[in-house]
Amino acid sequence: MKIHEYQGKALFRAAGVPVPKGFPAFSVKECVEGAAKLQTNKIVVKAQIHAGGRGKGGGVKIVSPANVQEAAEALLGMTLVTHQTGPEGKLVQRLLVEEASDIARELYAGIVLDRSTSQFAFMVSTEGGMEIEKVASETPEKIIKEWITPGQDLKVYQARKLAFSLGLTGVQVKYAVKTFMALWQVFKQYDCSLIEINPLVVTRSDEIIALDSKINFDDNALFRHPDILELRDLSEEETSEIEASRYHLNYIKLEGDVGCMVNGAGLAMATMDIIKHCGGEPANFLDVGGVANAETVAHGFNIILSDKNVKAILINIFGGIVRCDRVAQGVIDAMGQLKVNVPVVVRLEGTNAVQAGEMLENSPLEFIVAKNLEDAAEKVVLASKGGK
Amino acid sequence: MSILLNEDTRLIVQGITGKEGAFHTRQMLEYGTKVVAGVTPGKGGQTDDNGLPIFDTVQAAADATGGNSSVIFVPPAFAADAVLEAIAARMKLVVCISEGIPTADMVPVKLALNGSETRMIGPNCPGVITPGVGKIGIMPGFIHRPGHVGVISRSGTLTYEAVHQLTERGIGQSTCIGIGGDPIIGSNFIDLLKLYKDDDQTEGVVLIGEIGGSAEEEAANWIVENNFTKPVVAFIAGQTAPPGRRMGHAGAIISGGKGTAADKMAALKAVGIAVCETPAVIGETMEKALAAR
Repeated sequence: MKIHEYQGKALFRAAGVPVPKGFPAFSVKECVEGAAKLQTNKIVVKAQIHAGGRGKGGGVKIVSPANVQEAAEALLGMTLVTHQTGPEGKLVQRLLVEEASDIARELYAGIVLDRSTSQFAFMVSTEGGMEIEKVASETPEKIIKEWITPGQDLKVYQARKLAFSLGLTGVQVKYAVKTFMALWQVFKQYDCSLIEINPLVVTRSDEIIALDSKINFDDNALFRHPDILELRDLSEEETSEIEASRYHLNYIKLEGDVGCMVNGAGLAMATMDIIKHCGGEPANFLDVGGVANAETVAHGFNIILSDKNVKAILINIFGGIVRCDRVAQGVIDAMGQLKVNVPVVVRLEGTNAVQAGEMLENSPLEFIVAKNLEDAAEKVVLASKGGK
Repeated sequence: MSILLNEDTRLIVQGITGKEGAFHTRQMLEYGTKVVAGVTPGKGGQTDDNGLPIFDTVQAAADATGGNSSVIFVPPAFAADAVLEAIAARMKLVVCISEGIPTADMVPVKLALNGSETRMIGPNCPGVITPGVGKIGIMPGFIHRPGHVGVISRSGTLTYEAVHQLTERGIGQSTCIGIGGDPIIGSNFIDLLKLYKDDDQTEGVVLIGEIGGSAEEEAANWIVENNFTKPVVAFIAGQTAPPGRRMGHAGAIISGGKGTAADKMAALKAVGIAVCETPAVIGETMEKALAAR
């Protein structure tokens, strides 16, 4: 789960990670009234969406107090396009208004899981403000890491080592150590999967301040953080994906026109891959999980068909514990109840696959029955292009 | 001889009285697995529907029945603790089926596995099967047949697909292992390739990876550095997955431009591994690889 920058900064502030003075705003009026109270002559107005690259996309404005209204009017309601939003962009509905900082240096700090050592890694870099992925691939030596011993905390000496590696001196080191220790506590306390501050700045008065915040949470651990769940902004998520999660279906909308319904995440990805290989474009990822009964199949159809680009649907189920004849009955029932006006290709393999095939063939409904994975992909791609 | 699971395996089911645990205990018994006991804290002294004794702790189950391996069907909030208990009871093999374990819970589990006597498979995986001998997990037994090809995979149903293709072509399997779809797993490709290397029964290996992390790249390096000469056939799922989106499995995510299918396929091809372009040709590719030896 992701949260907004202003929500992340509130968690930072509470934990002792310094952030600029500021406040979130949902209207132009709130912006103007709040900005007056900041009592500063340089104000930053930042669009709040769940995507990076907002500055480059025109979502951040640095203005004088007199121009806050103008900046807020321009940003609220705009569709912000960045390299992470896709070409359709995202609607800006929330703003963060902050006092501008007097920046001397821009650094980077982050915490992630290092999968190859199965430990959390605290990373810093002098290359703040840049795309950190680019720094990591082009100049990996500019990213300094310290690993956190399992079951323990970031050690003060490690935080100090990181601070010195950034070339910090004097009181800056003290502030940085305090910041890093606090940042680790946020990561640990809330079961984060990622924290990034880019940039973490050193001001001309030697303070260390988090100018940005990016926090992702481990979805598997949300059950123990009801307070974090309340921060979820559903308007940042695809409606059809929220709908799918309500029925325990795992759905991700994509750009293509071939819908697919599969059991298992790996097989679902592989099905998308073979559709592409056969010349089609997958419209979605949909894992219906272990229970592929009439109800799940019906919900699956509804979600796939809510995407108007879909021209054909492939159902690919490998029945293990799930019996294919049950799945076939589910498909027949769902198709009988719903108006499915695109061709449906069905491939069922595994337990009771033969009976399932006969049931589909004998049904008055129109299915295209496929004999294996490749045949299924070829047939659905052909059908999506209007062929039979 | 197969790897991980053989005639000496005596299995304890942790979470035997839960819905999943009870169902799959029966399935495992029917396949011929030597299940000797179950564990559900608070239900010690009872027996399950199959007549298996239930104990409060893994240690008690092991002491009473000689159980040497365990399988975990415990809800995700308690599953990491169940693994730690199995390690403490010196189980040789622990297979964790549970899905949705918090990553932070798995970090200390990984630490506990280091230097222990336990080999862990999973979590969030279908388990381990040695066809004809037994199965520990939730895979459908009947699609397998005994033979000489090992299968290691990060996926569930995609593994069944691969096994089905092998069996259809008359290619049997030595041991098939789903290693799980999470960012932290008990055993990775390399851990198991080491076992396959020394296993006389295994003559070739199917390796099924997916986007996210760098386990496939590391496996490719290991194969070339350790002179693994048995033919390896690979497929990587997620060639069409968009970056930054978790594709079902917690571990299947392209982040920071890393972990793409293209990178993994290139790394595997570079060391001479036969990489399948589509999931439909896994069986066919292995058949050719075995014939070309």
